[in-house]
Amino acid sequence: MKKQGKKKEAKKTVDEKGKEEAASAKSEVVEKGKKISEDLDNIMDKIDDVLEENAEEFVKNYVQKGGQ
Amino acid sequence: MKNRIFGIETEYGLIFIPHGKVYLPMEKILGYVFEGLIPNSWPSNAFLCNGARFYQDTGCHPEYATPECDQVFDVVVHDKAGERLLEKSLPIAQKKLKEEGLAGNIFIYKNNTDSMGNTYGCHENYLMRRDIDFWKVTEQLIPFFVTRQIYTGSGKVLNISGRSHFFISQRAQHIHEKTSSSTTSSRSIINTRDEPHADAEKYRRLHIIIGDSNMSEYATYLKVGATALILSMIESGFRVPGIELEDPVKAMREISRDPTLKKKIRLEKGKELTAIQVQRLYLERVKKYLASEEEDPISSDILERWEYVLDELEDDPMRLDREIDWVTKKGLIDSYMEKEGCGLDDPRVGMIDLQYHDISRDRGLYYLLCKEGLTERIATESDVIKALEFPPQTTRAKVRGDFVRFAKEKNRSYTVDWTYLKLNGYWEETILCMDPFSSENVRVKELIAAAGNQK
Repeated sequence: MKKQGKKKEAKKTVDEKGKEEAASAKSEVVEKGKKISEDLDNIMDKIDDVLEENAEEFVKNYVQKGGQ
Repeated sequence: MKNRIFGIETEYGLIFIPHGKVYLPMEKILGYVFEGLIPNSWPSNAFLCNGARFYQDTGCHPEYATPECDQVFDVVVHDKAGERLLEKSLPIAQKKLKEEGLAGNIFIYKNNTDSMGNTYGCHENYLMRRDIDFWKVTEQLIPFFVTRQIYTGSGKVLNISGRSHFFISQRAQHIHEKTSSSTTSSRSIINTRDEPHADAEKYRRLHIIIGDSNMSEYATYLKVGATALILSMIESGFRVPGIELEDPVKAMREISRDPTLKKKIRLEKGKELTAIQVQRLYLERVKKYLASEEEDPISSDILERWEYVLDELEDDPMRLDREIDWVTKKGLIDSYMEKEGCGLDDPRVGMIDLQYHDISRDRGLYYLLCKEGLTERIATESDVIKALEFPPQTTRAKVRGDFVRFAKEKNRSYTVDWTYLKLNGYWEETILCMDPFSSENVRVKELIAAAGNQK
């Protein structure tokens, strides 16, 4: 299981250990915990590729019977 | 963590978009999905080799109920396995449709609302001790469930009086009561359905129907994990005093409507707190409770993540765009609106809102982010793949899974439910399995061994 709070761990490392280690911990944060905001252009382009066309009709037609 | 059985039932949204003008009743589409899942099969209710149940629920929704799990991690994995099983059924179902001259695409969504305001649920089940006063427990639990949506919500764009708003929860606007026994009208915060599928003298079931379906494994883990901690705490006699809300249903809607999480809700004693503050009261109490117990790494892990999420929500909710569904979705929508210069009422925003939940990994927007490594996972994909075939090995689901696999291998017809197993045939007896914590059953072992000796 991956641990959460990568950012916090990284912060602690900066305070407690040398700069070198901090740099490596930081790159780990970026590698494992990249945020959407850091990759936004790429994601926005990809959304355009997969987003269903005729959005208005599609969403309007999405009608279900009520469930539980 | 206390010994407990957990499970999640998820109702999925289903739609067929034909190429050309064809009308197909939903029952028929669902029939094809079933065939894709269980070849040459028919029943609209089936227990699978992994111990789970797949069936047609009210309103013609495909519903997947996880097998009995005794670890929060297993619930997360088996909930995901349900998505993968449905995804796997899609190409087969579409091929069959095509063979009948019905070209088109089937879409399955793990969400809770459609465009007309209909809702379908994601129900959590927790086995509880029968000797605890259920109504007292209920009073303690309601404020927790009302405020939990700040990390369990899946987000929803809703049009209210001609204006579109972003809501935290899909389900919050569909809850009308504090407690009730109904699941299709007057839906409530605490549902009183009490089918423990176990010795009813010892156990009862806590059936929770207010939760959203989560794409995020992290959210599912926290949803079930934090709830389990609260239940264990209450069962051990710890209480959070003075937490009762003045109007829980109203409070739930107010929280859902405010993605800044600054909205204060009124407690019975007149005090006003934000949802984060209410959650913190529970968190602090759980810390005290856990300090009185033997240390347990799973409880500590859940607690750590819970606190981390509350801290981040307090500082800036949008920082949790890897972990929490509503935040992820809102981040996507906000960025899309900025790029396109459009508003929340733009149909493409409605499409993002829906397509986030598409279980097909080629189309779903949650999975688009997943592929780019932008979501926080709890399980690995190999955990999920294993769960397609195998139940948790530490609960009754193991017995059921072994039995179903055996019956299929022997090509025998069988009747199975949560508490019994039966090979069909007039000479066969029903094998009762009333203990959900027991992963062994002598009679099932004997049955399988006897068949092995006949080889």
